Amino acid sequence: MSEKVLMKGNEAIAEAAIRAGCRHYFGYPITPQTELAAYMSKRMPKIGGVFLQAESEIAAINMVYGVAGTGKRVMTSSSSPGVSLKQEGISYIAGSDLPALIVNVQRGGPGLGGIQPSQSDYFQATKGGGHGDYHLIVLTPASVQEMADLTGLAFDLADKYRMPAMLLADGTTGQMMEPVALPEEAPVLIDKPWAVTGTGMARRHNIINSLYLQPDELEKMNFARFERYAEVEKNEVRYESFLTEDADIVIVAFGIAARVSKNAVVAARKEGIKAGLIRPITVWPFPKQALSDLANTAKGFISVELSMGQMIEDVRLSIHDRKPVRLCNRAGGMIPSPDEVLAAIRKMQEEV
Amino acid sequence: MTTEILIAGFGGQGVLFAGKFLAYKGLIEDRQVSWLPSYGPEMRGGTANCSVILSDDPVGSPIVSKPMILMAMNLPSLDKYENDVLPGGMIFVDSTLISRKVTRTDVKVFYIPSTQLAKDIGAPTLANMVMTGKVIRECADISDQNLEAALGKVVSARHADLKEINLKALQTGMEYAD
Repeated sequence: MSEKVLMKGNEAIAEAAIRAGCRHYFGYPITPQTELAAYMSKRMPKIGGVFLQAESEIAAINMVYGVAGTGKRVMTSSSSPGVSLKQEGISYIAGSDLPALIVNVQRGGPGLGGIQPSQSDYFQATKGGGHGDYHLIVLTPASVQEMADLTGLAFDLADKYRMPAMLLADGTTGQMMEPVALPEEAPVLIDKPWAVTGTGMARRHNIINSLYLQPDELEKMNFARFERYAEVEKNEVRYESFLTEDADIVIVAFGIAARVSKNAVVAARKEGIKAGLIRPITVWPFPKQALSDLANTAKGFISVELSMGQMIEDVRLSIHDRKPVRLCNRAGGMIPSPDEVLAAIRKMQEEV
Repeated sequence: MTTEILIAGFGGQGVLFAGKFLAYKGLIEDRQVSWLPSYGPEMRGGTANCSVILSDDPVGSPIVSKPMILMAMNLPSLDKYENDVLPGGMIFVDSTLISRKVTRTDVKVFYIPSTQLAKDIGAPTLANMVMTGKVIRECADISDQNLEAALGKVVSARHADLKEINLKALQTGMEYAD
């Protein structure tokens, strides 16, 4: 780790990606992630990398698809409406079993929505987004340090499991500056015998493709892919647990919502309410087991979200509705205050 | 100790820069810091603000909704945020641009003609740093050390010649007695 510097979250992702060996970036500007593309446009030419501002988000994701097929580390970034445009390409990348990184610095929706922070693309990120049976590994940074750290991890996991990964950030974590110790530039690049890099007349050519017209063949591909997903679910669940051991009320929140919730948990503890926080760092795979275990001891759960309530469905599924689950939310670019979360904790304390 | 600061004014007054300066000063002093700019529709309407948190503990939410310190660089900012300041907090008012008085009685108020003082030292764009100097003087949680080191981090190498005038603006604010 190097000396700490102050950086915007968007810039930290860009620099961490470069240090993870990414030399190909394709994007299209949109608030609130534009600093990421701007950073890449300055840095990539200096290090022999490629920065390309495509004519659209759709073009950018298909350029990512192309480079991913060659086995090189590649990424794109956008914000909610732009990520919607990329969904077809993401499905193709997943259907071709290719690693790539997609960054979504979320803003309020639906439609063009607004430009303020949001978490309302949770369903899109974790439940598909594009067509067909597939998953992304979805990582949710809550600090500028994590913007950097999870970028490197996302590339590693994408390579390891041959699937696209997504950083699901938001306008706040993208725009804010915090001290960050950037990782050393020491990417662990694994061998990719499937990559399309030229045969040198020495082997049979590789094919990158997502089209399988024989249904039995396509079914086999789907089952094989889901065996890999099962491995991801077994090995790659990540979350932070804060004061949950004796907690009566467990808050579940990720990203900026978790930062706000942590303040509320501390305030609740001062009032004698046993509150705790589970902060999923991966939302796919979701920390189901951790929540299920806590349902044995906790009296209730609160899902704090910058959406109309999306992750709450995973919380309820994880604990099989054994305990009450409430929603504390703001939408459209608004962020709940610690006081609002504290009020939700107090209300649940009375209820349970 | 945690100090939450809200700096607000017009775009172009260096609101974000002043925040970055304070954040970097905190980082140099090995404190936990966060800096969060407004980037929303209000930016496009001409006003800008940023939240800065300096703390000895990890920073939770980076959003400052109840500032301990409000730096109001123009009237719309004072109107908008005066009531949000914590009781016992401090409000710094650029009295060159804001003619009204603060109505709260449970906060400490400092009127400083930072725009005029900046003009007087030949640096009309540095009202932000004059006011920041005053904040440094009055806030016990912000030391008067590491000013040059922090300037070195926020003034780009291309504009290194501007470090001196920034320092002078800070000192002007630190020395101003209202």
